[in-house]
Amino acid sequence: MSFGGLLALDQVDFQIGAGSITALIGPNGAGKTTFFNCLTGIYIPTSGTITLNQPSGPRQLHGLRPDQVTTLGLARTFQNIRLFNDLTVLENVLIGCHCRMKAGLLGALFRDRKTRAEERAMAEFSYQLLDRYGLGGAANELTKNLPYGAQRRLEIVRALATRPSLLLLDEPAAGLNIGETRELEDLIHIIRERESLSVLLIEHDMSLVMSISEQIYVMEYGRVIARGTPEVIRNDSRVIQAYLGEEA
Amino acid sequence: MTRESAHQTAGLNWKRELALSLLTALWLGLLTGPLLVCRLNPTDGSIVYRWPLLFYVAGGGFILSSVWRLLLARRNLRRRRAEVALQGPKRTWVDLLLASRRRCQGLWLVMLFLISLPFWASPYTVNILITALIYITLGLGLNIVVGVSGLLNLGYVAFYAIGAYTYALLNYYFGLGFWLCLPLGALTATILGLLLGFPVLRLKGDYLAIVTLGFGEIVRLLLTNMEVTRGPRGLANISPPGLFGLDLNALVKPRLLTWLPLDPNMDMNKVFLFFIMLALVVLTILAVFRLENSRLGRAWLALREDEIACQAMGINRVRAKLTAFALGATWAGLAGVVFASQVTFINPTSFTFMQSVMILSIVVLGGMGSIPGVIIGALVLILLPEELRAFADYRMLLFGAAMVLMMVFRPGGLIQSVRQVYLYQPAQPPDKGQS
Ligand SMILES: Nc1ncnc2c1ncn2[C@@H]1O[C@H](COP(=O)(O)OP(=O)(O)OP(=O)(O)O)[C@@H](O)[C@H]1O
Ligand SMILES: [Mg+2]
Repeated sequence: MSFGGLLALDQVDFQIGAGSITALIGPNGAGKTTFFNCLTGIYIPTSGTITLNQPSGPRQLHGLRPDQVTTLGLARTFQNIRLFNDLTVLENVLIGCHCRMKAGLLGALFRDRKTRAEERAMAEFSYQLLDRYGLGGAANELTKNLPYGAQRRLEIVRALATRPSLLLLDEPAAGLNIGETRELEDLIHIIRERESLSVLLIEHDMSLVMSISEQIYVMEYGRVIARGTPEVIRNDSRVIQAYLGEEA
Repeated sequence: MTRESAHQTAGLNWKRELALSLLTALWLGLLTGPLLVCRLNPTDGSIVYRWPLLFYVAGGGFILSSVWRLLLARRNLRRRRAEVALQGPKRTWVDLLLASRRRCQGLWLVMLFLISLPFWASPYTVNILITALIYITLGLGLNIVVGVSGLLNLGYVAFYAIGAYTYALLNYYFGLGFWLCLPLGALTATILGLLLGFPVLRLKGDYLAIVTLGFGEIVRLLLTNMEVTRGPRGLANISPPGLFGLDLNALVKPRLLTWLPLDPNMDMNKVFLFFIMLALVVLTILAVFRLENSRLGRAWLALREDEIACQAMGINRVRAKLTAFALGATWAGLAGVVFASQVTFINPTSFTFMQSVMILSIVVLGGMGSIPGVIIGALVLILLPEELRAFADYRMLLFGAAMVLMMVFRPGGLIQSVRQVYLYQPAQPPDKGQS
């Protein structure tokens, strides 16, 4: 992936196992968010392939629109929260259900039995999802009135509403205090078990990364410079060099 | 919390605001004084001193300034209080009125009143109300595009014109009737909405506004310069809506006159049109309400709030935008057909940019995305100028002042949109109720 003359991602070879928690780390400007944007179709990579292995067989994601990617089962959160601020919490989650619903224009206008049943089922599903992750009480609050930590959490819940098989989290712990970060760690574990999905997260909080992930990729200047389990990464000289500078 | 802010949350600081207003007034007096007070008498070169004038200006300044300051202070105070005690959704008296249990009965009474109206009111009133109803429809249609989907459309009047001209042309050249042309006008407008939608898919905000503005002008210029539309001469003698070929004025009116306090000068075709428009508005309200709380409506809201997040939620951005444009246009088309049969003569001057601005003002003034807001907005902007004919010269001035005041004190419009509340009782078998 390149922006003009800038090569933002170069020869990134990345594999995420089903049901795993993978972390992507690297210094600022390494290209982590750009990598997410390529995966989710916001940018179309200049070259390369992205393959999603589904039960029905492998599926190419390269060149698909963001909404198509989401429908295929990739959901994401954003580095700087992008919630629908003037809508209620529940509506945010309902919008997440969009790609799992069918009602069209006529259904909306005539509100036939099928549409009503679908609306009801989805509202119920959304409410339960909120309840499961501790936001049930705020369902009818306006999103902009939520405290910061709850907003981060809601963004994850909204992503879950699309029923993904791979959840992409872009710096989910940014701005959280130590207690909230611990909660987040538990939350990610619970989500993986309950929703049976794989998680890929970008994170700068090393203690979180080290304790949560099974596999870590380290990126610098758009290249993957190291990969492996937390132990391997902790002792990799190139990683230490990238983070701490030449001397280390 | 500092002493200052503790003080501010405690209450309104009357004295401080009044003192500041007094200062403002003095300053105003000082600035304008020399010009106001001294007047040279050109005949004998003497100077006349007009002290009372200074008093009026300073006094007026003081009153206006203190009202302004106190209102602002009160608003800020409220905001701060709301931040301190983060209560649920804010409720104003209008919301309470609308949410009250007797709301349905109230609405029925309003409907009954409106239905009875043509049988005792003046033809003038009925005509004005038809116009108001047309603008309500236009406002609700534009609300889909601007209020719900957040796409600033400054060329909305073009679709209104398309609807009106569809009927006028088909009537003029082929003699087609109102009832056939109503869906045809709507359809033409919808198709044009789609056609406009395609090129502006990538545009947002200001750019979108400019392109749609241009579109509105193009349509108007086409109508002015084309031969089929008879240019500025326009099209006349457009037929009123028919009712099974009955001549309402000859047949129905004499009978009604014996029974009801009907105005003898009343044109029964207008009465019929009034009822058509009333039905159309009711249907529009129902449709817009249902749309807003549907999968499609939520996609529009998501589009308005954040385009990137909207796509990441699996919403097809292109489809959401196109449907918003097209559906908004549909209602303009419907309103256009009715307008053509109301005035029976149309030419391009009825569809200027000012009309677009007017409809947009209805949406903004009434409350973006709020159905009751748009209705109130249309009533205020259409009926008030009629009542205040005496101030006709100052109309635009008052209009501007009202807008500025709105933006400062109620940026969300007269009636802010209230989000749908979903009730849920986890104790019972899962069940969703709506209120
Ligand atoms: N749309 C764009 N146009 C041009 N350059 C871009 C664009 N998006 C990202 N870049 C550049 O690509 C590089 C990688 O950016 P990216 O946002 O992926 O970094 P990151 O690893 O997420 O950093 P951080 O930890 O700060 O979030 C940066 O040099 C950035 O300036
Ligand atoms: Mg980033």
